[in-house]
Amino acid sequence: MSHNSSANPVVEAKSLSFRYGSRDAVNIDSFQLDAGESLAVIGPSGCGKTTLLHLLAGLLKPAAGSIEFLGRDITSMGGAQLDRFRGQYIGMVFQRLFLMPALTVRQNVELAQQLARQPRDNGRIDALLQQLDLVELSHRKPRMLSQGQAQRVAIARALVHRPALVLADEPTSALDEQHADQALALLKEAAAEVDAALLVVTHDTRLTGRLDRELEMRTPT
Amino acid sequence: MTWLRLAFANLALSPLTTAVNVLLMGLGTASIVLLLLASAQLSDTMSRDARGIDLVVGATGSPVQLILSAVYHADVPPGNIRLEDAQKWAEDPRVKTSIPVSLGDSVRGFRIVGTTPEFLSIYHAQFASGGAWTKPMQAVVGSAVAAATGFAPGSKFAGAHGLVDGGHVHDGESYVVVGVLAPTGTVQDRLVMTSLESVWTLHGENVEHTHEAHDHETGEAPGADEHRHDVGHHDHDAHEESEAQSHEEDTHAHEGHEIAEARVDSEAEITAMLLSYRTPLAATSLPRDINATGSLQAASPAMEVSRVLQLVGVGMTALTAFAWVLVATAGLSIFAALYGSLRARRGEHAMLRCLGATRGELLLYLITEGLLMSLLGVALGVLLGHGVMELVGSWLSNSRGVVMTGWTWAPSEALLLLGLLCVGGLSAFIPAIQAYRTDVARTLAEA
Repeated sequence: MSHNSSANPVVEAKSLSFRYGSRDAVNIDSFQLDAGESLAVIGPSGCGKTTLLHLLAGLLKPAAGSIEFLGRDITSMGGAQLDRFRGQYIGMVFQRLFLMPALTVRQNVELAQQLARQPRDNGRIDALLQQLDLVELSHRKPRMLSQGQAQRVAIARALVHRPALVLADEPTSALDEQHADQALALLKEAAAEVDAALLVVTHDTRLTGRLDRELEMRTPT
Repeated sequence: MTWLRLAFANLALSPLTTAVNVLLMGLGTASIVLLLLASAQLSDTMSRDARGIDLVVGATGSPVQLILSAVYHADVPPGNIRLEDAQKWAEDPRVKTSIPVSLGDSVRGFRIVGTTPEFLSIYHAQFASGGAWTKPMQAVVGSAVAAATGFAPGSKFAGAHGLVDGGHVHDGESYVVVGVLAPTGTVQDRLVMTSLESVWTLHGENVEHTHEAHDHETGEAPGADEHRHDVGHHDHDAHEESEAQSHEEDTHAHEGHEIAEARVDSEAEITAMLLSYRTPLAATSLPRDINATGSLQAASPAMEVSRVLQLVGVGMTALTAFAWVLVATAGLSIFAALYGSLRARRGEHAMLRCLGATRGELLLYLITEGLLMSLLGVALGVLLGHGVMELVGSWLSNSRGVVMTGWTWAPSEALLLLGLLCVGGLSAFIPAIQAYRTDVARTLAEA
């Protein structure tokens, strides 16, 4: 599970392990993802794909090992500091989108910018809504959107603050093949536009060849 | 600002739930505000109406009844007393001022008070038009009476027997209005004031030097000019000084005192004598001495008002407790709404953390929602409470002359509002703690 070292790593993990009780969930010797690079994490259910994603996002603390994010060890960060760091440098997309039902499309995107502690940048929001073909929908509430439209809003929300890393957990599993292709293309394109590293956890083998690299995980013994 | 906007948006997302919570909190708040305003103003009104009256001497019976009838004009008097008996106490050296009042008649529901012009000065009355009576069967009306009846100087009316509307009308005897008072915000606004002789005349008492000669049609009486005087308290100090002055000045002495001198041997009766003390020490001995006579009763407005307010207070306490039950229900409803929605919103909360929200911000977000619902409810309640008080106050003012308004603040209102907001904050606290503890990784994994 190693990758040749690069001069521009966004995230780098070494001797990373995590346990649920006595059961090993993740065991990785070394892991690295560079800016602008895309990686598919594949493997059977229960192999620790989502756990790896949560570890890289700082949502879980590893049992051992280190995770350096843009040269900073996130495992040593405190709660609020880590939350703010995550908001600033990471964008996330999940199978379930968790758009704020009370907010419009545009407000959902604005919220991510605000929580990243960035000054309001309407130009950036407008550009992203334009890029993702959401301008006409910008005043709609999420319940008025189709699954594909909502997926595009989630991508916009994940990228509005120009994150260094985009983490996507099964982002296309609720979509049919055509929409899954479109969603992945948009995700790649939007991430590349801000030179973000992209990590996609998926069990959909159709997608793996479309990303720069793939990381196959096995269920720890 | 982010959290405030998000909290507002969430409340708007469930308008029915929000409306019910806001309404419940509003009703509770309005009830408490109304009670606070009413009790504060009732206490103020009663204190204002009794200002300058330290002791009331009247017939034996209930002291509360005596005070309610002679000071607040809200009850029937316990009986009459002989003027001669009351006058003896009026001349006591411990007494500074004394004002006789004689009740029994009314006009269109407003009480007619036979008294001396000193009565006008108790409440610092100013004339809006006309002046004080100088002869029997002349009357001065309070501002509320004038507003309700249209009486103005020159108007004539007949008094009716009894203190409420509908009594036997004294057809043959008409009063003529000679003065209208400016509003004082006291009981005086709803009184019709006239001389003692007027009341005695109508009730067939022996009024030797006035009744026989005066003209009932016009209210004119021979020698009336000799009784003209300024509005002012009957001050015994001033009187003592005046005794050393000329005979001519003596003829201008206060009417009440003159009556007392002229009728000291008569059987004339009054309802009560309003006294003020020369020194505070009089309060310890004078009432006891008067009560010891057995035929008279002395009652202190301050003490009786306090007793009445205590009785009223029991009812107020019960109503306030009920209002707090409404507030508690509103608090529970807010709690139920937020707690009930937690499960559905767990993913939303986890996503907020992924977007960079800290645990503390999530806590603040939920508490803001609770506080907002309370704030909206409290704002509605304050408007409702003050609005209803103003409506009730207008009605009371027009129909009863009781001055109450909704456009004022009760002293404890600010503290109450703070307390009510705390109820909203506390209602949201447990749901907020649950949101604070959201296990983001588990929630996302289970989604």
